[in-house]
Amino acid sequence: MPRLKAGELSRISFELNGRGVSGHAEPRMLLVDFLRHVVGATGTHVGCEHGVCGACTLRLDGAAIRSCLTFAVQANGRRVETVEGLAAQDGTLSRLQAAFRRHHALQCGFCTPGILMSLEDFLARHARPSEQEIREMLSGHLCRCTGYSGIVRAVLDVVAENAGQDV
Amino acid sequence: MKPAPFDFVLSDSLEEALAVLTEAGEDARILAGGQTLTPMLNMRLVEPAVLIDISGLHALDYIRCENGYIEVGAATTQVAVETWPDLPSQAPLLAQALPHVGHFQTRNRGTVCGSLAFADPSAELPLCLALLEGEVMLQSSARRRVVKAADFQLGMLSTARQGDEMIIAARFPVAEAGAGYAFTEMALRHGDFALAAVAVMASAGRLRVAVGGVADRPLARNYPADLGGDALDDALNELAWDLAAADDHHATARYRRELVRRLGRQTVEEALTCRA
Repeated sequence: MPRLKAGELSRISFELNGRGVSGHAEPRMLLVDFLRHVVGATGTHVGCEHGVCGACTLRLDGAAIRSCLTFAVQANGRRVETVEGLAAQDGTLSRLQAAFRRHHALQCGFCTPGILMSLEDFLARHARPSEQEIREMLSGHLCRCTGYSGIVRAVLDVVAENAGQDV
Repeated sequence: MKPAPFDFVLSDSLEEALAVLTEAGEDARILAGGQTLTPMLNMRLVEPAVLIDISGLHALDYIRCENGYIEVGAATTQVAVETWPDLPSQAPLLAQALPHVGHFQTRNRGTVCGSLAFADPSAELPLCLALLEGEVMLQSSARRRVVKAADFQLGMLSTARQGDEMIIAARFPVAEAGAGYAFTEMALRHGDFALAAVAVMASAGRLRVAVGGVADRPLARNYPADLGGDALDDALNELAWDLAAADDHHATARYRRELVRRLGRQTVEEALTCRA
């Protein structure tokens, strides 16, 4: 049974947006800090550091999680997806990102990466959520700029687009 | 806002995890989903010498129906229970309560047993365990014991778990045939801590009401199955006062008593309509 000693570095490797990354971290290093400070992937933001604000949300093996409540060592060998992986190689925004832009669903943008990553998981599980369900899901994120209305509109727009495509 | 240093044990067997726990005792903490423990670590409210990560212990990641109980292993996430296809039929109360536990992003990692271990007075899962008269299975290297919900949660953030023990599973009784179950809570935002939460079971033989978020732990009472009208209001009023609510920065005691009366009535009526 592996036991990592306090203060000692261990090697951590995982798949980040389809590419392998690795680095060294103490056991106490949070996944979000590993991404930002070791890997240099600063798209994921860190706000409250106790799981309330939602800014650091990313997908671990597909599930939206708080990367401030997960240690880097726990991501070893797993699949991590962050906001950097949403747009296409040529910079074309994902449909969700484009809808956020159309509906002014962000102002300062601090909360946006977390909200987008939550929505990627949420919409994969709920193809046609109601506005109430979207608002309940957004209760896991703090946005101090928009009052959420633009965000809700953007999500409803994407949901309607998806529904149109299904027909 | 960063944790103090700790040794990190990636458990690959229960026996080894328990051996580390026996050796380290109160200096160790079990890490399952980490949705409550990690904030406490980040804020340095706890500074354990050793973290024992059991999230990868597949032997503890299960949901099974056995002997009239739904048994949930200590590594099983809240979302795994929430999306278990049999949940609405086997445990309608949990099906109603789980969406209120934190947010879906925290339920993706948070565990059922972790919530019971933390024993927050306003948490939904301890309230459900109390209403349903469930059990907690505790294991150390030396012994295994099963503790009734009422004997497990002793007060605010306090349980009967000994330093060398870990929760290995929780057992929720399967829904009684014909009984109605309902859950309601009042929180300032969806996913916030409940100012008051009420769970009710209405069976042919009795009405059982449990309240969380008001006293230092969830408390349950039994009433006659046919309790209604003014007698129900009187009983809920008695219960509201017996919970000895206190003012805090979220709500006043008076407001909480009113929540117990109103949510209580609403939840009882909902459970009665679900009763076959």
